[in-house]
Amino acid sequence: MPSLKQLSEREERLSSGHRLCAGCGASVAVRQILISTELPIIACASTGCLEVATTIYPFTAWKIPFIHNAFENAAATISGVESMYRALKKRGRIPDRKIKFVAFGGDGGTYDIGLQSLSGALERGHDFTYVCYDNQAYMNTGIQRSSATPIGANTTTSPCGDEIPGKRGQRKNLTQIVAAHDVPYAAQSTPSHYMDLIRKAQKAIETDGPTFLNVLSPCPRGWRSDATSFADLGKTAVETCVWPLYEIEDGDYVLNGTTKRIADGKKDKLPVEEWLKLQGRFKHLFKDPSGKAVIEEAQSKIDRDWDRLKTLASI
Amino acid sequence: MQRSMPLNGDDSAAYAMRQIDPDVVAAYPITPQTELMQNFAQFHADGDVRTELITVESEHSAMSACVGASAAGGRVMTATSSQGLALMWEILYIAASYRLPIAMNVINRALSGPINIHCDHSDSMGSRDTGWLQIYGENPQEAYDNTIQAVRIAEHMDLRLPVMCMQDGFITSHAVERVDMLEDEVVQEFVGEFEPQYPLLDLENPVTYGPLDLYDYFFEHKMQQIDAMSRAEKVVREIGKEYEKISGRSYQMLETFGMEDAETAVIVLSSTAGTTRSTVKDLREQGKKVGMVKIRCFRPFPTDELIDVLKGVKVVGTLDRSDGLGAYGAPLFNETRNTLYDEDEKPDVVDYVFGLGGRDIGKREITDVYSQLEKIASTGEVERRISYLGVRE
Amino acid sequence: MSEKPGWKHIPPAGLILEAGNAEDYKTGDWRTERPVIDREKCTNCLICWINCPDLSIIVENGEFKEFDLDHCKGCGICATVCPRKAIHMESER
Repeated sequence: MPSLKQLSEREERLSSGHRLCAGCGASVAVRQILISTELPIIACASTGCLEVATTIYPFTAWKIPFIHNAFENAAATISGVESMYRALKKRGRIPDRKIKFVAFGGDGGTYDIGLQSLSGALERGHDFTYVCYDNQAYMNTGIQRSSATPIGANTTTSPCGDEIPGKRGQRKNLTQIVAAHDVPYAAQSTPSHYMDLIRKAQKAIETDGPTFLNVLSPCPRGWRSDATSFADLGKTAVETCVWPLYEIEDGDYVLNGTTKRIADGKKDKLPVEEWLKLQGRFKHLFKDPSGKAVIEEAQSKIDRDWDRLKTLASI
Repeated sequence: MQRSMPLNGDDSAAYAMRQIDPDVVAAYPITPQTELMQNFAQFHADGDVRTELITVESEHSAMSACVGASAAGGRVMTATSSQGLALMWEILYIAASYRLPIAMNVINRALSGPINIHCDHSDSMGSRDTGWLQIYGENPQEAYDNTIQAVRIAEHMDLRLPVMCMQDGFITSHAVERVDMLEDEVVQEFVGEFEPQYPLLDLENPVTYGPLDLYDYFFEHKMQQIDAMSRAEKVVREIGKEYEKISGRSYQMLETFGMEDAETAVIVLSSTAGTTRSTVKDLREQGKKVGMVKIRCFRPFPTDELIDVLKGVKVVGTLDRSDGLGAYGAPLFNETRNTLYDEDEKPDVVDYVFGLGGRDIGKREITDVYSQLEKIASTGEVERRISYLGVRE
Repeated sequence: MSEKPGWKHIPPAGLILEAGNAEDYKTGDWRTERPVIDREKCTNCLICWINCPDLSIIVENGEFKEFDLDHCKGCGICATVCPRKAIHMESER
């Protein structure tokens, strides 16, 4: 695992001058992922914050070859690029060197509209890495709910109103859906835990075959939190097991860092309130007595998922 | 030496693809395209082609993968019909605006609903404004020849636009006819090596495809596409002439039969041109001055040449295998009338919508059409501008 | 302010051919606060650098060199993650 000093000597693949919000968790994540390997990368991004803010004509923040196609097809598009690479290498029309392919999609473009295209690409076994920067809603279009939005969250299409306290229903577990495709490598991480994310990104990119990273990306705007809460949010998400850090390598589950310590009983698992109270999108749950029931539902799902994860990791 | 084989349109298009040996094909099954891709998959499994075949999980992903592959910098082909073409709809626009020279066979089939697997042109007509070139083939021979030419047309350096080649579902795709096939080496030499433009795989010159345009640049980018389309006719003709040299078969924007002194004429696309041609032969034997214009290239539309071939014609009937649903007449009727509008002397144009959902049309119906055109020519009266042939009331 | 180029003078297909030219777009005027470093406290751990969304921490030879104030949006993440509290945010006014 290279040190930060060694990483700082690498050439960055994203430039400054992009127009993601001040304090955007996704841009930190993407920077860390792109610097994790020295192999050449060709990237694709689905429509969303990342793509829109990094490529406002005539400016591009991408220093590597990049394609944006549409919203739901980052995985299908990168399948095409990767296949052409293999086709041309086979025919000797391009030099025989290793190139890696990384597709980026937000939770909207991955959990929802892009799920089919992701599933297809994983099943066909293309050599690529799919990175989902999960900020838990359709942020680019103005904070609408996605299937990654946690229960109770206030979004513009699941607002907290007089009768309904924010998003109803729990969020999907995409990492588990991906795991069901039997891919060589899949992992969950978050950029505040940069060593964890960089290590996993390097592994994901440098492993042959379809690999997946689900990266919780704090969004100050959509989560109604301070930009400076970035590290706190990441830390608390892990400590409450809202976002456990783990990897699945050839079907074997490994828990990482703080998540492992909690599973081993060496650290306390914090109640979900600690995570919720950091963000304005949940503040209505604390004001209204009806919010209590929602918080309980949120907690019980976290607990169920946590127990399942521990079982899968044989703990 | 060309080899004659009994093939249907799905076969002949697949054979053409085999001889072209594209770098990447991404496709999804749909009736009546299925046999085409099944044939190609067999060629692939037998090692007859070195194509990377991506059997995607939907047509939307098929065209998405084609866009990725083409932008990466190689030769890309695919095929679909009907709902599949409709599902790719948003990506068709993207492929054309990214100037990607993808060649696609569209086996014409009606768009649902209700669901129908038989031939009409609602699918390709529905995508006539996507920025793709549109070429119709009458029979398996043309399906073969068009597929080969499509690659060169699309990749022409003056153009770089995607091309779709249509053939009638079941009528052409599943009916066996004689097809004269060129030798493998001749096809290989004709299509030549793919010349990449701004390929993603060129790591030394990293490019960004698909940025966000605000209102300060989108219009300019569209103008570039409009400008490219204005060169499309020239390219279709140029490639057609080159292809004639190696095949002996002539291909341009349209084809005429019996138009030298025709007083009435029918304008038609695709396989129904065969039926029409036979009808014209019969009527000519009876001394009737009738003719047929077969439109081969629908996008871009052959305006100048059509005006030319229709000079002196009194009444024209357009045969439309799709409807305009709310427009005044169906697509071919609209293009024709629009083309003729500025002419001082122009024929009267009436529309016949036929064959929706594979409803058959025969020489009897077309003979009837010519009788009606003759009546309009002699009386100067149009009883009905738009008619629907063969539908039960 | 130069006039924008016409369709005959830009690359086809909406392509952007100058990789990373977003650097020419100065996002520094977005901020209301700017980071200030106390070099005595800084140990060059580079934790601020790896967490900056805007590549606005310039590192040279493994050492903190300076902030890129042309691009820094003043988010304050660097100040919060620095283990030595060597960075604090000051109002732009």
